Amino acid sequence: MAEIIQEEKQKGGKKRPKKHSTNIDMTPMVDLMCLLITFFMLTTAFSKPKVMEIILPEPPDPKDTSQQTEVDSSRALTILLAKDHSVYYYRGKADIKAKLIKTDFSDEGIRTILLKYNEALSKKVKELQEKVKESTFKIDQVMDKKELDSLRKTNTENEIVNEYVSKEIKKLKADDDLGPIVLIKADEEVKYKDFVDIIDEMSIANIARYAITDIMPVEKELIKNYTPQ
Amino acid sequence: MPKIKLPHKSPHIDMTPMVDLFSLLLTFFMLTTSFKPQEAAVIDTPASISEKQAPDINVMTFLVSKEGKVYFALSDKGQTASDTGFHFRSKVLAEMGKKYTVNFTPAQLKKFESLSSFGLPVQYLPKWIDAKDQAERDALQAELVKMKKDGIPYDSADNQLAYWIFYARSISPSVEVQIKGDVDADYKNVKEILDILQEKQVNKFNLTTNLEKVEIKLQK
Repeated sequence: MAEIIQEEKQKGGKKRPKKHSTNIDMTPMVDLMCLLITFFMLTTAFSKPKVMEIILPEPPDPKDTSQQTEVDSSRALTILLAKDHSVYYYRGKADIKAKLIKTDFSDEGIRTILLKYNEALSKKVKELQEKVKESTFKIDQVMDKKELDSLRKTNTENEIVNEYVSKEIKKLKADDDLGPIVLIKADEEVKYKDFVDIIDEMSIANIARYAITDIMPVEKELIKNYTPQ
Repeated sequence: MPKIKLPHKSPHIDMTPMVDLFSLLLTFFMLTTSFKPQEAAVIDTPASISEKQAPDINVMTFLVSKEGKVYFALSDKGQTASDTGFHFRSKVLAEMGKKYTVNFTPAQLKKFESLSSFGLPVQYLPKWIDAKDQAERDALQAELVKMKKDGIPYDSADNQLAYWIFYARSISPSVEVQIKGDVDADYKNVKEILDILQEKQVNKFNLTTNLEKVEIKLQK
């Protein structure tokens, strides 16, 4: 109230206070902000790198021959990596008469072959993934109630379902006794990328059992003598 | 004819909404940013479909460059105050110094904790730590390249890499292993590292990759 009265008084007076504009010049501020934003946008590392986990079997003790495991030759599928991104594979035992087939890293190449040999398991995995996606699927029906309640306190519904799926896939893989046992062998001229690619194919095709071993002289010979059919 | 008077317009634009937006963006970037640590070598990682996040604490990383040189990096043991007080990196370095009779002063050990990956024999590490800035380190690295002594030695004659692994694992047994190889790195070199690791009873590895999207088609 007091202020209004004062203003009225001034109106009557001769001197008028200069009216200041309420606009502030924001250009320097905007300049600085632009600069900072650009800096942070360029230096920020958004996506954290992803990792691929591989667990290798413990190397056998060379002194202890009883531990040497023989791979069931009817299930064995050997993949040979050679230079210039070429992939060869054969089934069964490694000997000079093994039928070597050349393929590549494309979708129609090694992936199709792995999926074909691993059809039973990959079908099961796919069925599971589809079942979860259906609207009739309820996590309550497949999981223990107590466990579910404790999980719900810390996780979102989506996380619980994902966890459940990965657990089930692991179980399926552990029970798998029909799928191929894949042996991956690479010679000296192979690039690291091919190695990562082939392990990646293993996870795409849901191969339950695979191992990375050294290439044998016989197999080198096989690649050398390979003639396209 | 009467003159057409153009309305006198102020050249000022109201920048308030723009400033609003900018401050929002700025705050967002400032809060989400995590600076990329400077790495000793430029590594172009291959792609995979794996969606597992890379661990960032309690991990030792092996960088394999195109030329087949190996660089080594150790992260802190943990992020909480008591864990950073663990001095994981300096403890490992002190052990390495004892093994190779290279003396590290306490100041050097302390400085080493804040440094990132390195790729040089342990004998040159004091010089590398004492370097004032990155430029000086690069110069030292270039010198070593000329002498063909860059990268951590991992052949049977001088297997320093094996000792780095050994001491890192004896000080922090739960340390994870991460291998970051270049697309064009030779598999042979990576395999050698895998073999050294397996010799030291490490059978679980993380291979750093980029995310790749793929469609999986099942044959009918």
